[in-house]
Amino acid sequence: MSATGTITSSEYIQHHLHHLMFNLKTMSIGNGGFWTIDLDSIFFAVLLGFIFLTLFTFAARRVTSGVPGKLQNFVEVMIEFADNQVKETFHGRSNLIAPLALTIFIWVFLMNFMDLLPVDLLPRAAGAMGIDHLRIVPTADPNMTFGLSISVFFLILFYSIKIKGVKKFTKELTLQPFNSWLMIPFNFVLETVGLLAKPISLSLRLFGNLYAGELIFILIALLPWWGQWPLGGIWAIFHILIITLQAFIFMMLTIVYLSMAHEDH
Amino acid sequence: MNLNATLLGQMITFALFIWFTMKFVWPPVMKALQERQGKIAEGLAAAERARHDLELAQKKAVELLHEAKKQAAEISEAAHHRGTQIVDEAKTKALEESQRMLTAARQQIKQEIDQARRELREQVANIAVLGARKILTRHMDEAANSELIKDLIQEI
Repeated sequence: MSATGTITSSEYIQHHLHHLMFNLKTMSIGNGGFWTIDLDSIFFAVLLGFIFLTLFTFAARRVTSGVPGKLQNFVEVMIEFADNQVKETFHGRSNLIAPLALTIFIWVFLMNFMDLLPVDLLPRAAGAMGIDHLRIVPTADPNMTFGLSISVFFLILFYSIKIKGVKKFTKELTLQPFNSWLMIPFNFVLETVGLLAKPISLSLRLFGNLYAGELIFILIALLPWWGQWPLGGIWAIFHILIITLQAFIFMMLTIVYLSMAHEDH
Repeated sequence: MNLNATLLGQMITFALFIWFTMKFVWPPVMKALQERQGKIAEGLAAAERARHDLELAQKKAVELLHEAKKQAAEISEAAHHRGTQIVDEAKTKALEESQRMLTAARQQIKQEIDQARRELREQVANIAVLGARKILTRHMDEAANSELIKDLIQEI
């Protein structure tokens, strides 16, 4: 907050955008290039994932085909929602895609939801325990969004090859859109770009939205106290829409990409 | 934007979570949903059947009621008929009986009249004989007198 006095605004922002890093080469806190773990992102992602799985497993254990309780009702609604989205878009048969869609939606939503917590709350609490840097929104970390989208990308490749076979998949990459031997290099470049654009756009969209959202919350936190709550309130309400929408988009696009991987062009 | 090993960690976590959802969350809930779907379908079918049964039962009840009314009317008519029949029979019987008694009485009366007549005749004859005897004791000419008596008897 601006009241912290001794530090400048830019220092405040930079402090907020700094991850709690762990260097895997030296096994100590600090930035070590690629072999670094963002402890805060991983910690919150795993924590939220566990909350999601615990809740859903708890409901699934006590599930009944009779009159459902409140928790079961909620879980059923979410599962049916994911299942319907998959059924509408994806016309193959797969035991993986619907649970995948559900996991993505709930998990991404929960990770996005961390954005709505006051920007200084958890970092301050962590600071009191001696932790210098803490970013609590995992999806505002490109590592996390790329982790998701690259996994989806591997699934796209896996299903493309599994369903179409190596030969057909290669043909798709080299003989489209121009069906001529002369155009193979051009086609290949074009198709590869198209293929790679999927995971990159998927992750950058989520990351960009959440990073921007977080940044705006940080900027609002720099305002004097009377300016914080109206702007913060408006942005938070608007952000409820964004975090849900982004989780939904990530799920939908994953389903669409995977169903495209299943279909012949 | 600095990519680092967090990405790998995230991928592993993601894979584990998907696997967990696929294994422990999805199947039981999906099974319960399908079971409930079955139950609801069954319930709806049962309701439909019950509705059909009710319709049939109602139709049957109306039919039975109709039948019962018809039977009641028939029975009442038969009873009415039988009643008049009994009354008629009783009337004719009474008439016959009275007729019979009347004829019997008449016959008896006739018999009694005949009887009286006969007795009377005998008594008259006796009286005549007695009278004649008295006359005869006075007039000896019995022969002439007996002729007279004979005529007398015949006249009576």
